[in-house]
Amino acid sequence: MEWFRKSSAPQKGEPKKEIPDGLWTKCKNCGEIIYVKELEKSFWVCNKCDFHFRIASQDYIRLILDDGQLEQFDDNLVSDDPLEFKDSKKYTERIKAARKKSGLNDAVITGTGNIDKKPVSISVMDFTFVGGSMGSVVGEKIARSIERALEKRIPLIIISSSGGARMQEGILSLMQMAKTSALLALLYDEKIPFISVLTNPTTAGVMASYASLGDIIIAEPQALLGFAGQRVIKQTIGQDLPPGFQSSEFFLEHGFIDFISHRKDLKRNISLALDYMAVQPPGQK
Amino acid sequence: MQYLDFEKPIYELEKKISELKEFADGENLEISNEIKVLSSKLEKLQKDIYKKLSRWQRVKIARHPQRPYSLDYIGYFVDDFIELHGDRGYADDKAIIMGFGKIDDRKVFLVGQQKGRDVKQRQFRNFGMCHPEGYRKALRGFTLADRFNLPVVIFIDTPGAYPGIGAEERGQAEAIARNLREMCRIKVPIVIVVIGEGASGGALGVGVGDRVYMLENSWYSVISPEGCAAILWKQNPQEKYEEAAHNLKVTAQDALELGIVDGLIDEPLGGAHRDPESTAIKVKEQIIRSLDELEGLSIEELIRGRIGKYRKMGVYKEV
Ligand SMILES: [Zn+2]
Repeated sequence: MEWFRKSSAPQKGEPKKEIPDGLWTKCKNCGEIIYVKELEKSFWVCNKCDFHFRIASQDYIRLILDDGQLEQFDDNLVSDDPLEFKDSKKYTERIKAARKKSGLNDAVITGTGNIDKKPVSISVMDFTFVGGSMGSVVGEKIARSIERALEKRIPLIIISSSGGARMQEGILSLMQMAKTSALLALLYDEKIPFISVLTNPTTAGVMASYASLGDIIIAEPQALLGFAGQRVIKQTIGQDLPPGFQSSEFFLEHGFIDFISHRKDLKRNISLALDYMAVQPPGQK
Repeated sequence: MQYLDFEKPIYELEKKISELKEFADGENLEISNEIKVLSSKLEKLQKDIYKKLSRWQRVKIARHPQRPYSLDYIGYFVDDFIELHGDRGYADDKAIIMGFGKIDDRKVFLVGQQKGRDVKQRQFRNFGMCHPEGYRKALRGFTLADRFNLPVVIFIDTPGAYPGIGAEERGQAEAIARNLREMCRIKVPIVIVVIGEGASGGALGVGVGDRVYMLENSWYSVISPEGCAAILWKQNPQEKYEEAAHNLKVTAQDALELGIVDGLIDEPLGGAHRDPESTAIKVKEQIIRSLDELEGLSIEELIRGRIGKYRKMGVYKEV
């Protein structure tokens, strides 16, 4: 099949992080001045306050997969401009700029790898690319990632980081929610496990589709999670939002995620959960 | 009849004609001739305006306060409707109605997003904006229909899922996501008609099925033109709704061209509210045709077809 074109990770330029280049940086949460080398060792988590810096998709690959090895698929998929969308900038220009800035072709990287020697089909979203927004490319790559889990009968992992559907592809973006969820119905019936990991932020169209459909759902601490945007909610109800609203902790409290995992424990938590959720033999409906 | 801003010339002409008609007693030839002339002028004017509607103007027609709503269609062509309530967990969401009914003696299960017509009704229906319990209520309906082998007919008409604190606390995202998946596991035909507004996930949350049709002047997109304008133009976004609607390609015709819906249902000139009954007949005919097409399929064919339909959606390049 044509789309099984492989490329090894990492590729092109290094995607940008929340962290500036340099020896020292300041924690966005507590203001602590941290040695960047230290931060790297602690998985980009502040030693003082446990603030989880936003990291790139490639960093999660290194963090989660054995030897940081991803066999990447479908990296040749790029956005088209079906709506000929143009505001202050043409959509095609916006995409071109995002590709240049992030070194990525779109807001998700997908492929296969191992977690403690257990093969998985994995998708990792990247907020750097147009806010991690889901257009046709993200939807298609996630869809293929689900199909890979189905074909190989291996667990599916999706690490989300997204502001939602990509406005510039209109209703086509919206339908990526249905497309990915439709394939997850097949995975569900085949009893192949799906672990959804939510990072800061995971909202709107992504939260209201695959990100919410994991057999288990794990979130990083203090991530922004939710459906509607805070500005819109504030406007609608005409009052301020309670503290901690739409955080990982809020989601846990209200029963919509299974647990919150510190980044340093993420691989171990996923690996352990996979041991309990073995792929069932085919045809066991 | 309430008129929209761009219908003002039509309104003025119609008013003039009806005033003249009051005077006409059938004997004054001058007046009858004048009426004839003005009527043909009106016809031309209506064609000029309605055949060249901008996308934003269509959105306005989709929101016309006299546009027929879900319960109106049910009133026109559903017999023995028994309305069912509640999600069996938290509440009965009034922005969603559902129940058993018959269309030409064919037993079906109906689900519709419901707006209200006057101030009180609008509030009662929460402007057609569902809470999580609305999506869960609908899912209860789908599951019930599945168990008793009744095809599902859904009307979509919402300005969006409700953005509020309670909605987030009770898992708006989870409720919609679950429906997207579960609607692909329902083993009976699902036929959907977008009758007014199809705003984003709020619409899609009851919008996954085997056939999706849109009324000619309905709209369906990932965000409303107002929402889009607010994001793109921080200064005076209200001046940019026309541009946003145009950019987003929100109309039924756009959705058809993008391969998202199976077909359009014509409306009378000026919109469904100008002749709700004839619109309802067309909606009913389309539902029956779709159910006829789907009835012969095995469960496997049905589910494979439904998932396959969404699997194909999207436009991208391979380099
Ligand atoms: Zn800190």
